[in-house]
Amino acid sequence: MRQPFVHKSPIPGLGLSAGITLSMLSLMVLLPIAGLLVQGFSAGIPAFLAAVNTPRTWAALYLSFRLSLVAALFNLVFGVVLAWVLVRYRFPFRKVLNAAVDLPFALPTAVAGIALTALYAPNGAFGQIAKDWGFKIAYTHWGILIALIFVGLPFVTRTVQPVIEEIAREVEEASATLGATRAYTLRRVIWPMLAPAALTGFALSLARAVGEYGSVIFIAGNIPLKTEIAPLLIVIKLEEYNEPGAAAIGIAMLVMSFGMLFIINAAQVFSRKRMAYV
Amino acid sequence: MSDISPARAFRPAATEAPWARITLTLAVVAILAVLLFAPLVTVFYEALREGVGASLATLANPESQSAIWLTLFVAAFAVPLNAVFGVAAAWLITKYSFRGKAVLITLIDIPFSVSPVVAGLCIVLTFGANSWVGSWLVAQGLPVVFAVPGIVMASMFVTFPFVARELIPVMVEQGRAAEEAALTLGASGWRVFFTVTLPNIRWALLYGVLLCNARAMGEFGAVAVVSGKIRGLTATMPITIEMLYNEYSSVAAFTLAAVLALLALVTLALKSLLEWRYADQLAATHRH
Repeated sequence: MRQPFVHKSPIPGLGLSAGITLSMLSLMVLLPIAGLLVQGFSAGIPAFLAAVNTPRTWAALYLSFRLSLVAALFNLVFGVVLAWVLVRYRFPFRKVLNAAVDLPFALPTAVAGIALTALYAPNGAFGQIAKDWGFKIAYTHWGILIALIFVGLPFVTRTVQPVIEEIAREVEEASATLGATRAYTLRRVIWPMLAPAALTGFALSLARAVGEYGSVIFIAGNIPLKTEIAPLLIVIKLEEYNEPGAAAIGIAMLVMSFGMLFIINAAQVFSRKRMAYV
Repeated sequence: MSDISPARAFRPAATEAPWARITLTLAVVAILAVLLFAPLVTVFYEALREGVGASLATLANPESQSAIWLTLFVAAFAVPLNAVFGVAAAWLITKYSFRGKAVLITLIDIPFSVSPVVAGLCIVLTFGANSWVGSWLVAQGLPVVFAVPGIVMASMFVTFPFVARELIPVMVEQGRAAEEAALTLGASGWRVFFTVTLPNIRWALLYGVLLCNARAMGEFGAVAVVSGKIRGLTATMPITIEMLYNEYSSVAAFTLAAVLALLALVTLALKSLLEWRYADQLAATHRH
């Protein structure tokens, strides 16, 4: 038998809550995204491809995705270790440190951007040390990478932490009594339990980094073909009144982010199945 | 008598060796000090570089004042509207069974995976003077882009899922039994909401509103695209920080940045307080 579209419920408010939800979702999210798609393809597919297919656009997209991937990988490894330390170990100021992990979520990106630039510019506290070693951080790829690591830092920790809290100690003890070394237990017992949550955090961190603008533009130097990120190129196109060009890059970014999220979701389903738990 | 006490001789099997624990803890603290605390300290150090008086003077100038008022004004619209949306969406998703629920949840989550700049771009292309919606709005004397309504819309877009995301898991866990019991006892729909549902979700709602507010007040990328950056009219605090910084007014930029950093610290403190005091009434993922 075919299921009804909406099951009957004695709770009132269906019409009101559905009305508010659907009208606000349409006006605030769906209509603007439709506007982007309409504008991007208004001049036809060839014009869209021509707008995306320029060396400057490719360089910006490649830079954004490559550095975001590196930053998300760093955050994956560091985030899991950080979550483990925060949940399992006891040390002074642990709670303060735990609260501070969310700082990149709470601190506005423009504030983070100018602070990181002040810190890593050649005359800044860390920049000076790097300069003495003959190394430049701000206005290079390294600066962008630091900004992307900063904004994506909390994601993996916050998705993995609740999972570590749920792990029953008996599992690890059983593994140890069966003769496994600690490293073997971590690799073959603990990591498979954390992997799906860690992947979710990795995906969120990656999506955030790819779209990040505020914290990056101050430290990036913004040299075309070298340190120009994709979101900045959109802003530049808009300032040149090139709306179709901006729309084309916007659509390209949207498609790539959704594609990545889809791949990572698929990987997650695969890893859950392989580990035989849901 | 052995010089090794039983407690020391007996290390639990389910933990790492002491040297590994100490090394990991120190490494984590050192990395967080460089990545998180150093930038935070820098904001206040740069702001106070020329003394407290100089910083306060930059806060008193008309440009900063109008930026602060605009940011408060935008948040005063965007946050309550998103709170209403969040409650309505969570009610719809948790109190009824209907087809396409997963699709609806995915659509609500879209803003999380869209770049803020692309969000701003969407609003410019849809409501800007070159679109037919936008040209109609301008003809009605209600411009959206390069005006305050666009800034409110951009702030709402980027914070759209915040409240709903907090409420849905909590309301799923609480189920429908309490509401159904109240209805059987003859309460009206609104009475059920205000006396049964709202008291159960108030801390989760506050948690969502807190995060929504922090993001709305600090949003830069989406607002930068739609605001047009007109001094005194459409420059929010983050936008003013950018303009001052690019004009080498370092102290003024960092002073405004310090105000936003203080807001972030207050947000974190309140958030931790909620997690500590009302953990059982928040989404399970925040209980630590």
